[in-house]
Amino acid sequence: MTDLLKLSGVHTHIGRYHILQGIDLAVPQGQVTMLLGRNGAGKTTTLRTIMGLWQASSGEITLGGERIESRATPDIARLGVGYVPESMAVFSDLTVKENLMLAARDGPLDDTQLDWIFGFFPALRRFWLSRAGSLSGGQKQMLSIARAIIEPRKLLLIDEPTKGLAPAIVMALIECLKEIKRKGATILLVEQNFFAARELGDSVLVMDNGTIVHRGEMAALAADVPLQERLLGLSLEAHQ
Amino acid sequence: MMILSGDPPRSRVLTLVLLVIILALAATPFLFPGAKALNVAAKICVFAALVASYDLLLGYTGTVSFAHTMFYGIGSYAIAIALYGMGPNWGAVATGIVVGLPLAALLALAIGLFSLRVAAIFFAMITLAVASAFQVLASQLSWLTGGEDGRSFQLPELLRPGTVLISKSVFGFEINGRILTFYLVFAISALMILVLLRVVNSPFGRVLQAIRENRFRAEALGFRTVFHLTYANCLAALVAAGAGILNALWLRYAGPDTSLSFSIMLDILLMVVIGGMGTIYGAIIGAAIFILAQNYLQSLMGVASKAASEAGLPLLPGLLHPDRWLLWLGLLFIASVYFFPTGVVGRLRHGGGDKSAGASH
Repeated sequence: MTDLLKLSGVHTHIGRYHILQGIDLAVPQGQVTMLLGRNGAGKTTTLRTIMGLWQASSGEITLGGERIESRATPDIARLGVGYVPESMAVFSDLTVKENLMLAARDGPLDDTQLDWIFGFFPALRRFWLSRAGSLSGGQKQMLSIARAIIEPRKLLLIDEPTKGLAPAIVMALIECLKEIKRKGATILLVEQNFFAARELGDSVLVMDNGTIVHRGEMAALAADVPLQERLLGLSLEAHQ
Repeated sequence: MMILSGDPPRSRVLTLVLLVIILALAATPFLFPGAKALNVAAKICVFAALVASYDLLLGYTGTVSFAHTMFYGIGSYAIAIALYGMGPNWGAVATGIVVGLPLAALLALAIGLFSLRVAAIFFAMITLAVASAFQVLASQLSWLTGGEDGRSFQLPELLRPGTVLISKSVFGFEINGRILTFYLVFAISALMILVLLRVVNSPFGRVLQAIRENRFRAEALGFRTVFHLTYANCLAALVAAGAGILNALWLRYAGPDTSLSFSIMLDILLMVVIGGMGTIYGAIIGAAIFILAQNYLQSLMGVASKAASEAGLPLLPGLLHPDRWLLWLGLLFIASVYFFPTGVVGRLRHGGGDKSAGASH
């Protein structure tokens, strides 16, 4: 299987802090790669560095064989990378419709894709012309994901989509992400919810202190409680 | 609906207030006789367009610029210098427009490309520095600009007060060149506001709003925000220069006090805030309230003070003395910001309901 995204020896400094300390990772085409780790391990910084929101101070990032570490964020997005930041990042002054139109970069919205999205997130149809700021937390997260998938993307970078959401909404999100996965999407997913990670992940990368400390199959990590405790200080069972 | 680019006032009271202002402005030459009323009405028209163009920057992109009066001044001076130098003819008017508008747009482009990449506060500082430099330049180049005295000029024959277009015997009103100039100011200001309304309700306007809320998120969606901000800056500068042209045509004069001073910049800021940022309509209301208060509060207070003194009320005649009008103007602004933190338009729209929810797409 070919790797769509590759990071080799990536370092990122934020101010005087050395956050990413030589990241090597690969995201295979058509797979969901989980990026796990404790708070402050550098997971979000990794996504932001790939997206160009933080400039890598050294190392190589390639997308489909093309170097992107020096490219500007809009160019990386235009290469087909969809980014769903954490904390329900919608444009709250715009309507649900306007948020999605923006994500489609003002091309026409694909009705079939829209109906498919509404199938998972009926609330978005109901609040189509409402301000995104007036949506609940779960609905905002749905909109944030819908924005990333309204157009076909080569790669999706999703940062903790289930954070702070009610269990029922988490289940709907997992179902949606599974469906996106079935459609052949390549996803790099940061997640603290192990249940979601086990349900969705093909492979897993565990980070600590700005480096990758474990890589392997998600199923293998899910089955190995001592390894989970060693790497993450927690066991999968405790989070179900 | 088409003319408003699908963005109606969305509040009955607001619609009514806007209609009253626009109809009153349109009928000023016939309803309110005298030069002062016509001057105030023309100033409201010019400032409504100028403030709306500033709203495109401040309200829709969240960019604070102090160079807006500079673009307004470029328009004013371009038309004044052309009419002064070439004489009162339409060729000079055309030259002023052809030189003034592109000059403003090019300067805005240069400022935008050099400084919109940096943090907002630096952009504000750079615009402040450029505007100050321009103000000094305008007063120093006295051979061109007339220095501190500015440039007075004559208008083409058709726009002069002495030109009677329709005599009093036809409608009972005399339509002269001055009234024609007023309607020119009114129509072009209205057109510029409608164009701005179209811009903010276009896909481009949506991107601007996204940038205002979170620039990085907009970039992560693939938008080159520097391009969008620079384009907005150029558009705002073009409209500001257009308003400057109208102002100079109306006053038949361009000088530092009427077109470049920082007090105009402060007035614009106040008008945007009073009217309501990010609404465009707020510009019309902000300009009307501010300029009416600036021009009539003093005489209104004179009447109130006299009435209070005749009624034998203590303290009030002194408090309402016309000399204290600036105090009351200040209090009026503090009250308006306190009671309408989202501006008059924001308050009225909020009262009238938000963007309605709908079930279909």
